[in-house]
Amino acid sequence: MAIANILLVDDETPFRETMTRRLTKREFITSSASGGHEAIRLLEENDYIEVVVLDVKMPEMDGLETLKIIRQKFPLVEVIMPSGHATIESAIEGMKLGAFDYLIKPCDMEELISKVSEAAKKRKRHKEKIIEAQLKEITMRRI
Amino acid sequence: MNQENRLKDPYYKSLTRKMLFIVIVVSLAPLITVSGIILNRFSVSYNEKLNAHLGELVLKHSQNIDGFLLEKLNNIRFMAGAFTVEELNNAEFLRNNLAALQTEYGSVFEDLGVVNDKGIQVTYAGPFKLEKARYSDAEWFRKAIKSDYFISDVFLGLRGTPHFIITVRQMSNGKPWILRATISFVAFNSRVENLRIGKTGFAFILNSKGEFQSKPGFEVVHGKSYSFYESIKSGIKTKDGVFFSEMADDSGKENLYVASLIKNGDWLLIYQQDKSDAFSDLTHAKQIALFIILTGGIIILITALLLSKRMVARIVQADLEKELMNQQVIEIGKLASLGELAAGIAHEINNPVAIMVEEAGWVHDIMEDGQFSSKENKDEFERALAQIKTQGTRCREIIQKLLSFARKTDTCIEDVRINEVINDVISFCAQRAKFSNVVIKSKLQENLPVISLSHTEILQVLLNLMNNALDSLEKRGGNITLTSLLEGDEMVISIADDGPGIPRANLARIFDPFFTTKPVGKGTGLGLSICYGIIKKIGGEIDVRSVVDAGTTFHIRLPCRRND
Repeated sequence: MAIANILLVDDETPFRETMTRRLTKREFITSSASGGHEAIRLLEENDYIEVVVLDVKMPEMDGLETLKIIRQKFPLVEVIMPSGHATIESAIEGMKLGAFDYLIKPCDMEELISKVSEAAKKRKRHKEKIIEAQLKEITMRRI
Repeated sequence: MNQENRLKDPYYKSLTRKMLFIVIVVSLAPLITVSGIILNRFSVSYNEKLNAHLGELVLKHSQNIDGFLLEKLNNIRFMAGAFTVEELNNAEFLRNNLAALQTEYGSVFEDLGVVNDKGIQVTYAGPFKLEKARYSDAEWFRKAIKSDYFISDVFLGLRGTPHFIITVRQMSNGKPWILRATISFVAFNSRVENLRIGKTGFAFILNSKGEFQSKPGFEVVHGKSYSFYESIKSGIKTKDGVFFSEMADDSGKENLYVASLIKNGDWLLIYQQDKSDAFSDLTHAKQIALFIILTGGIIILITALLLSKRMVARIVQADLEKELMNQQVIEIGKLASLGELAAGIAHEINNPVAIMVEEAGWVHDIMEDGQFSSKENKDEFERALAQIKTQGTRCREIIQKLLSFARKTDTCIEDVRINEVINDVISFCAQRAKFSNVVIKSKLQENLPVISLSHTEILQVLLNLMNNALDSLEKRGGNITLTSLLEGDEMVISIADDGPGIPRANLARIFDPFFTTKPVGKGTGLGLSICYGIIKKIGGEIDVRSVVDAGTTFHIRLPCRRND
């Protein structure tokens, strides 16, 4: 069983491809998108995606804008933001907007896997709580 | 070009000369004009006062001598009128009268005599043996027999000593006779000599022929006596009958002459004084005035010289600062552009580095699955990949710091661990230190409290100080020691180098804006000034201690709250 379903969003194709291969090798189900719009589309089409690894600096729609939409449309999806900016402002901004955590590029693979795993677990707990709450609601209705 | 070289520039030399000229002219012109006018007015006034004073003295003295002669004449006139010729022809009676006169006037009257119309002295009372003396051929007798009274010039006469006589003519039995009295020359001369002023002022009397009627106090050397007499009389004459003239004597010495006629115009009382002696006070006053003007002039000259040099030095300094400021503006603009460029490059480099690191990671992943024919090759691959990863991480850290430092507007206050900042600074400067043969050491106290300040600003301060230390050691190498420790409620950070040190003269100015000892284009003169401003803004203190050829230490004291 896969550890987690990941969507990798980065405008740099070589980075995206290599990272996808490395994560796949580590038993993550990995899909990738080259920008914010494509990421939103993939999320709409594939509801199994648990964690989005979202680059901050991208053309057209940048990471922070994409994050806002994800949080709005897909509240259960956790977002990790690798940033080449390494500025505390972008990280704080991302965290304020609901990102799970941030990473500094170039990323350490072990750190990324650790954070993705934690995000997936959090997402799982969150989903379980929602399902539990829904079940309770259904039960209550039946009673 | 430094300040000394600037002062040699023709423009500044010309400026110095112009300022010097203007200051001297403006200062000296009034001094010389006012002094000249005052001196001139004083000379004129002094001349007038001196002439008036001498005129008054000579006039009084001539009146005094006239009074003396008149008094003596009246004495004889009284005697001639009061007594008959028979009584006076009595030698005993005449001696008694002479004794009475000498009792009254001392030795003024030398003798008395009665001379008949033939010019024979019929009766005589006095110290000489002049009874029956014959005066019929004497000039004085010819004049005396024709007038009621007569005062002669000084002459030697029968006795062979200078004297003059007073005669009164009387009639007896239709024949004239004369009562004659000899006036002591010594007594008369002492009255004339009485007028003495200064070192060279004295009086004497000349008759109308220019012959001396008294003995001059000093030698009077003139060519022809008569012409001298006439020269005196041809001088300026006042309404009181006083003559003023100036003449050079035969030795060329300028003399001042003041004269007045006496004895009904027969004699001329002359006062003579060396002109330099008469005007000695004026000369002295002129010398003092000249000394004051010269001293004032020299002071003005020195002041003008110092003032103009100092002012031009200030102007040179201001011009230098202006040029530096202009350079600084250009420099700041360049730095800003470079900062933006560096930030842009850093962003752009970061992604390729990330890809390289990831690719290396991917190769490593593949290798874990693959079969290598040689273990040695595998180990070498792994070592190379690990190195790529290490260097990629190092690139990441450098880019992080570069980007962090490029954030100029970030002055937000945050909790900063000062040792971390110091270590960042060391890593920033490590490469440069290595090339300059500089060893960077650190003595950092552990468990220091966090301190609230702007991370960027304190980083900038420490980087500036480190760069200065590295500049000082660039050519010779050496050691830089960074220290942090807690002293009471203050955090003390020290940056010490063993470089050439700062001369004492520059120490007081190193925190001044635009002060730099570095070559133009190398130092901006703003680094330490910015450091000072930042530390003061934080509420801390920054000071420097330096010994030439021993090194320099900067101490920063920052107020901190204990984070217990």
